[in-house]
Amino acid sequence: MAVSVDEAVSAGPARGRPPAARRPGGRGRSVLEVALLTVLAVVMLFPVLWMIETSIKENRDVYAIPAEFFGFTVTMDHFKDVFVAPDGGRSALSVAFLNSVLVAGASTVLATVLGVPAAWAYSRFALKAKKDQLFFILSTRFMPPVVVVIPIFLMYRQVGLIDSKLGLILIYAAYNVPFTIWMMKGFVDEVPAEYEDAAMLDGYTRLQAFRKFTLPLLVPGIAATAVFALIFSWNEFVFAIFLTSSDSVRTAPPAIAGLIGGTTVDWGLVAAASVVFALPVLVFAYLVRRHLVAGVTLGAVRR
Amino acid sequence: MGTVAVQGLRKSFGKVQALDGVTLDVPDGSFFVVLGPSGAGKTTTLRAIAGLEKLDAGSVHLDGRDATGDTPAARDLAMVFQNYALYPRHTAYENIASPLRARRCSSSEIAAAVERMSSLLHIERLLQRRPAQLSGGEMQRVALARALVRSPRAFLMDEPLTNLDLKLRVEMRTELTRIHRSLGATFVYVTNDQVEALSMADQVAVLKEGKVQQVGTPTEVYERPANQWVAGFVGSPPISLLACHAEGDRLVGADGWTLPRPRWTTAEDGRALLLGLRAEDLSVEQRGDASLSGELYGLEPLGDRTVVDVRVGTEILKVKARPTVTGTPGERLHVTVDLDRAHVFDADTGLSLSEAGR
Repeated sequence: MAVSVDEAVSAGPARGRPPAARRPGGRGRSVLEVALLTVLAVVMLFPVLWMIETSIKENRDVYAIPAEFFGFTVTMDHFKDVFVAPDGGRSALSVAFLNSVLVAGASTVLATVLGVPAAWAYSRFALKAKKDQLFFILSTRFMPPVVVVIPIFLMYRQVGLIDSKLGLILIYAAYNVPFTIWMMKGFVDEVPAEYEDAAMLDGYTRLQAFRKFTLPLLVPGIAATAVFALIFSWNEFVFAIFLTSSDSVRTAPPAIAGLIGGTTVDWGLVAAASVVFALPVLVFAYLVRRHLVAGVTLGAVRR
Repeated sequence: MGTVAVQGLRKSFGKVQALDGVTLDVPDGSFFVVLGPSGAGKTTTLRAIAGLEKLDAGSVHLDGRDATGDTPAARDLAMVFQNYALYPRHTAYENIASPLRARRCSSSEIAAAVERMSSLLHIERLLQRRPAQLSGGEMQRVALARALVRSPRAFLMDEPLTNLDLKLRVEMRTELTRIHRSLGATFVYVTNDQVEALSMADQVAVLKEGKVQQVGTPTEVYERPANQWVAGFVGSPPISLLACHAEGDRLVGADGWTLPRPRWTTAEDGRALLLGLRAEDLSVEQRGDASLSGELYGLEPLGDRTVVDVRVGTEILKVKARPTVTGTPGERLHVTVDLDRAHVFDADTGLSLSEAGR
């Protein structure tokens, strides 16, 4: 039962309809809802706000006790330090960000290019032991990265993929393909196969039928799936820290983590780097939010 | 030219045997209806002809040439799907143009062909709309136009009228017959509606559980059903079937009634039989030699006629009567039987025993 916040907190009885008659105790419950949501929002958002504040504080304000929430001097120096090295060149962090963009982007594209046709095939064709195959594909996601990182490290060392961007792209793609297949299969299932049948009778080949008639209908699903894959690759930490070591290859998560641990920690820089790191994902999620909801609620509206 | 011949089609989906040796011969230019209840394998047969279904066994010949392994595109057929399968992102115009675009026709050819089709099917006003903006009947016309826009070997239609309301269905029935006549093309038409089959077809193939029960003209299928199942499936109200056996020159019912044995039954005495009687071959209004006595069970007034349900022993006979007929349930009455038009089936095999001497 959805009750909007406006309705829940509006003063006085609503006009034109008896407020309590429809749902006894409804008002009390929605006040509770609002209270819980407020608490949750504070708990969730406090670290984010703290991060943003720290990123624009001068270093002495960062360490001030008691902490200053308002009235500190705003500075953008930390953000400058994220991108520009003290000697004026490119900073190690900016290289790490570029690496993250490349690795996350390439692995997502790879996973989508491989996963979408596979999902289509699993949706459309009668295959032997289809359910077992799909379960096997999913099972590769059962193990957390930290469990398999040592064997992968050893294998990568043998084939020379250690400390390379290609190595990271491949392992992230391998992690995203099963997810892409599963999520996209749901979307393909929703598109009636008759469109392709009709197209084939029109004179198109099977692949043309897929490309011309089914693929355009899958774009929202592909967008949602790709964003999830992108977020995974962007945020991934364990593989990145084990499989890469040099600054020229490292992605942002291990690079930011590397800022912490010296004798002195430049918390302002850490916070600014974290803000820069968080922004792209937020922007992406915002851009495709409608498709994301469609992707998440998929299956809730079976026809 | 446009002959379609399928030979020994077999197809199973998991444990379900959808097609169990289907063999059909569709002559050039005929309106060939595949009739059967849902799950009989009608649609699978059609999809096999179209090349959309991979067969376990059997062959498909088009114009006498083996096309079993051909892609749907290579078979040069057009199909109307039950749910129309109009491309949702395309306008009606683009939907109709699609088969021509796939074959790389020039845009002036396409425009001319779409225009011709849209005037044939009265959909000129709808060409710029998308499927979501069309009613069921309009979508059906657009789907038909997309199939008819080319001149393929044959047209395949998968229950194209099922999703329309009754009035529209009757209208489209006439229209499809008109189109078939004007094109002279081969139509393979799948339906579960026996009225469609009887009213439109040149030839009807009756399908049940993946097996062909009978192929013939609508009259043959109705007048001389090959077995008890076809007799029961074709015809409305359904044929009444009474258990009986022959004794000398009499037929003796399981409920004790007797009728003169029809000349043409070949069954030996004592064999379990089913006597099939169609509603229009029975009468409650005239008295004849051959009659059964029973009691009135119920009346179904249908406007132009009334179907009288008469209980004979434990079985119900459906009798066609004038719309003015009246009566009260429980009332005793006599049903006169036109034995020359009755059917006799072997109760065990279901096969007709009426053929000889008729």
